[in-house]
Amino acid sequence: MMEKMIFGRYIPGDSFVHKLDPRAKLIFVFAFIFIVFFANNAVTYGLLLAFTLLIIFISRIRLYFLINGLKPIVFLMIFTFLLHTLFTREGAVILDFGFLKIYEQGLKQGIFISTRFLVLVFMTSILTLTTSPISITDGLEVLLNPLKKLKAPVHELALMMSISLRFIPTLMDETDKIMKAQMARGSDLSAGPLKDRLKAVVPLLVPLFVSAFKRAEDLATAMEVRGYRGGEGRTRYRQLKWDYRDTICLISLVVLTALLVFYRN
Amino acid sequence: MTEILSFHNVTFSYTPEDETARKAVQNVSFTVQQGEWIAIVGHNGSGKSTIAKLMNGLLYPAEGEVRVLRSALTEENLWDVRSKVGMVFQNPDNQFVGATVQDDVAFSLENNGVPYEEMVLRVKEALKQVKMDQFLNHEPHHLSGGQKQRVAIAGALAIHPQLLILDEATSMLDPQGRDEVLSTVQALREKIGLTVISITHDLEEAMLADRIIFMNDGKKYAEGTPSEIFALGEQLIEFGLDLPFAMKMTKLLQQQGVKLIGQHMTEEELVNDLWTSNFNK
Repeated sequence: MMEKMIFGRYIPGDSFVHKLDPRAKLIFVFAFIFIVFFANNAVTYGLLLAFTLLIIFISRIRLYFLINGLKPIVFLMIFTFLLHTLFTREGAVILDFGFLKIYEQGLKQGIFISTRFLVLVFMTSILTLTTSPISITDGLEVLLNPLKKLKAPVHELALMMSISLRFIPTLMDETDKIMKAQMARGSDLSAGPLKDRLKAVVPLLVPLFVSAFKRAEDLATAMEVRGYRGGEGRTRYRQLKWDYRDTICLISLVVLTALLVFYRN
Repeated sequence: MTEILSFHNVTFSYTPEDETARKAVQNVSFTVQQGEWIAIVGHNGSGKSTIAKLMNGLLYPAEGEVRVLRSALTEENLWDVRSKVGMVFQNPDNQFVGATVQDDVAFSLENNGVPYEEMVLRVKEALKQVKMDQFLNHEPHHLSGGQKQRVAIAGALAIHPQLLILDEATSMLDPQGRDEVLSTVQALREKIGLTVISITHDLEEAMLADRIIFMNDGKKYAEGTPSEIFALGEQLIEFGLDLPFAMKMTKLLQQQGVKLIGQHMTEEELVNDLWTSNFNK
């Protein structure tokens, strides 16, 4: 199941989209979320969809893979579609089942809203699929830098995020080890009623927490010994480079916005 | 010779309010000269890890003085000292801060505000010194324990330290990883004349040192060259230390009535003695 989920997964590659600066991608996706709401007719929604497909094409992520991975979302999309189709009562009646009437506006609205949904999910998935979590963290840190003036702990948050990401595989391994150790002692995690299974998780979580705290303490000592004393006076090893690609990316965003504004009703 | 680090009658207790409690470190003095390799050995609870923590201001002595690079370690010069002393800890996973090998090596450089261009050079140089320059973009969970420890050494080397402290750095590694790390440290000493303090309970590792400080119950029990310390023989076993293989073998052979001249610390010495003293013309 985990193999098919594509949320938050990163697929390395060297497409145009992969090579973009994380700042450009973040700004792009963030702005895109707002721009989507400019669309209000067939032309503009068509534009959005075409644009998204174009980006999927450029990113060289197979459409099949993307759709397959988004199956859990499909249910939500169908639900939104039905909700709008059934409950909007405007325009001419297209279908009449007697107890249920489907109106022209309702169908339209249903298609529009689910397109909007689809486009947003695709766009954000492309962001996480083509950007490594650590780059996203770097990008966020730089973009949020102005908030430092408001005394927001931007550097600390970014460091926390990158350390958490770094320790995910380590803790996964640890969980696996503890699970096997408990199974060897006769605990059964996969059978019995839900209540029993939940109970069996406790002897898994306690050692995991204990060891995570131990690790955190060791890590803090190691960081201190290596001279870490907060963000001040620190230099950055990971440099972000803004080049022509990123400018193109943002220009395309501006063009898209202009087109949407021009063609909307 | 220049002094790199010295302890002067250092005493430390984890429970200072309790006068009668056992002191973790009691009245310990020693000096480390530039270019030396010192091993501090002792069984669990002998105070050797506390000594490591006293060396770079993770702990401060209750009595006595710790001098690093010829000046007493205080809270004022703490960060200065830490930028000249590299330290490698026991658990390879818990000291890996960066997302990839090169990020981890750069971590201490970033902390010390080294400019980007120089960082790139120093990261490459340090990784080359520990022969990990092929792994720049590897993530820690794709590395073996020995490789992670070598990256940790590279991280320490990147700041161009005057002193490298290995705090049980090999104790969680498999024999192969241990050999990797130890041969790396040996090569570094030959190449750049690094001063090394290794804290260990592994006597085979201690044998590589120029001098051994033997800790027991928070006190310095003995200090001397490896052969002087290993001459203590039985006492080492009493204090819960494991003798090197060659020494154990020598003893067992002697018990079996094989004639051997004295104690042997390395396998080579033992083999030489075996075939020379039992050679009948």
